[in-house]
Amino acid sequence: MSDFIEARGISFSYAMEDDPNPIRVFEELDLKIKEGEMVAILGHNGSGKSTLAKHFNAILQPDEGQLLVNGMDTRDNNKLYEIRQDVGMVFQNPDNQIVATVVEEDVAFGLENIGVEPAEIRRRVDDALERVGISEYKAHAPHRLSGGQKQRVAIAGIIAMRPRCIVLDEPTAMLDPAGRREVMKTILDLNRNHGITIVLITHYMDEAAQCDRVVVMDSGNVLLDSNPKDVFSHVKMLKSVGLDVPQATEICYEINKAGYPMPTEVLSIKECADELQKLIERTYAAKRKAAKLSQKK
Amino acid sequence: MLKDITIGQYFPGQSFIHKMDPRMKIISTLLYIVMLFLAGNLMGICAGILLLILMYQLSGVPMNMVTKSLKPVIPVVIFTSVLNIFFVSGEVLLKFFFIEITREGINLAILMSFRILCLIAGSSLLTYTTSPIELTDAIERLLNPLKKLKVPVHELSMMMTIALRFIPTLIEETDKIINAQKARGADMESGGLMQRAKALVPILIPLFVSSFRRADELAMAMECRCYRGGDGRTRMKQLQYSHRDWIALTVMAGAIVVVLLLNV
Repeated sequence: MSDFIEARGISFSYAMEDDPNPIRVFEELDLKIKEGEMVAILGHNGSGKSTLAKHFNAILQPDEGQLLVNGMDTRDNNKLYEIRQDVGMVFQNPDNQIVATVVEEDVAFGLENIGVEPAEIRRRVDDALERVGISEYKAHAPHRLSGGQKQRVAIAGIIAMRPRCIVLDEPTAMLDPAGRREVMKTILDLNRNHGITIVLITHYMDEAAQCDRVVVMDSGNVLLDSNPKDVFSHVKMLKSVGLDVPQATEICYEINKAGYPMPTEVLSIKECADELQKLIERTYAAKRKAAKLSQKK
Repeated sequence: MLKDITIGQYFPGQSFIHKMDPRMKIISTLLYIVMLFLAGNLMGICAGILLLILMYQLSGVPMNMVTKSLKPVIPVVIFTSVLNIFFVSGEVLLKFFFIEITREGINLAILMSFRILCLIAGSSLLTYTTSPIELTDAIERLLNPLKKLKVPVHELSMMMTIALRFIPTLIEETDKIINAQKARGADMESGGLMQRAKALVPILIPLFVSSFRRADELAMAMECRCYRGGDGRTRMKQLQYSHRDWIALTVMAGAIVVVLLLNV
């Protein structure tokens, strides 16, 4: 697999109006994202993860260094729209990214912008709505939908443009648990079955645990970058930068800390339950053995 | 509570008029208004009323909707009638001191009143049978030739679409802010006019701030989806005139001819 997004030593700072010193968000940052990967970016508020995400589709351009998307430099203003077609972006608040007053019109918005033929738009819109599972609402007004449905409309609007990568900036932060599940299911399906590269920025560790790779950012630096199991085994380090680990991992970590033999590289609830069962069985077996031994004596 | 407000007064249906191309509906409405103003005598106005009744029958919009749309214009109608009755000179019918009521005045008053009533009822039919989206779409396309005169037609219709899209969102938000301020002890129901106006300030300020934030985010989301103005843009839904629209145009043109003949 080749590198789809490649950041080479990029720096970015915000200029403040009344402050002569610009605020540095990150400096000399390197990051590579492979085609077809599903990457989670974690970090507490202000760690620069959203700013980084906005670099991926040339909404922001690096002050220094170079960011290549599919070989195109994001600082090349002639390539802006090509880059944005390749890298779609979904934001946190579904209300603020839906433009049209009818679901299908909104999904068509991006395609209309890039000048696709009407018949082709129709086909791609229907296809996109089908993929995210909201075809039955295509003639509805967006404000009548639930949060999860609205966010899926936003995703449909992006995938209708057939991007190769989708960057999602906390897409589930404003949703209820059911909405979060719907959206995560859609994202996973897009990655696993349609080969779309996913960059998921999130605060939910359980969502990050479902990705192939987790990048942890802290004050503009990449702190950890590995598979979820490895990253979440650094419980102490994550806590020190204001992050959590998935609940299942936390339980195992605490039991381990209390002195029981328990693996800490556990991510899902099921794994955790299995390990707990094993631990309980082991402990009982040991107790029974001890009891038998004492009876014999 | 605020959520149930409907935007515009669209009355969904499947009638001949509903299925017409929204552009032709706008053109027909304009032609109808022209016809009303060309009608110089009662016969012409009667033809206008007849046509109106026919159109409403065809659209399936209930008649009580018409009375609803006419209620707010009644003061205007009364005002113009009074002006016409008392201030038009001609053959005197009645005379109190210096006030004269003339035959021409009464004639003109009746003519003007029915003209205004037909005008409102006729243009209401347009909004009853056309959804706001169709309407903006049609306006954009009808005004398209003005682009050559540097009129920002696409931008205007985009603004209308976004405004329509955000009305329910902002209503919901207003509701939330009102509740939040009430929870903090804001009193919005008592006091005089000034006090009530003042009580609105803590609602409007948060609403403004959040609207700007929304606008900012929406602009970014639109940019992400390759929005760059109206140039080179295509549309998914294409509007096309059908036989219905030509029939409607013929009827309207015919009505104007009839009115002109009645004037002679």
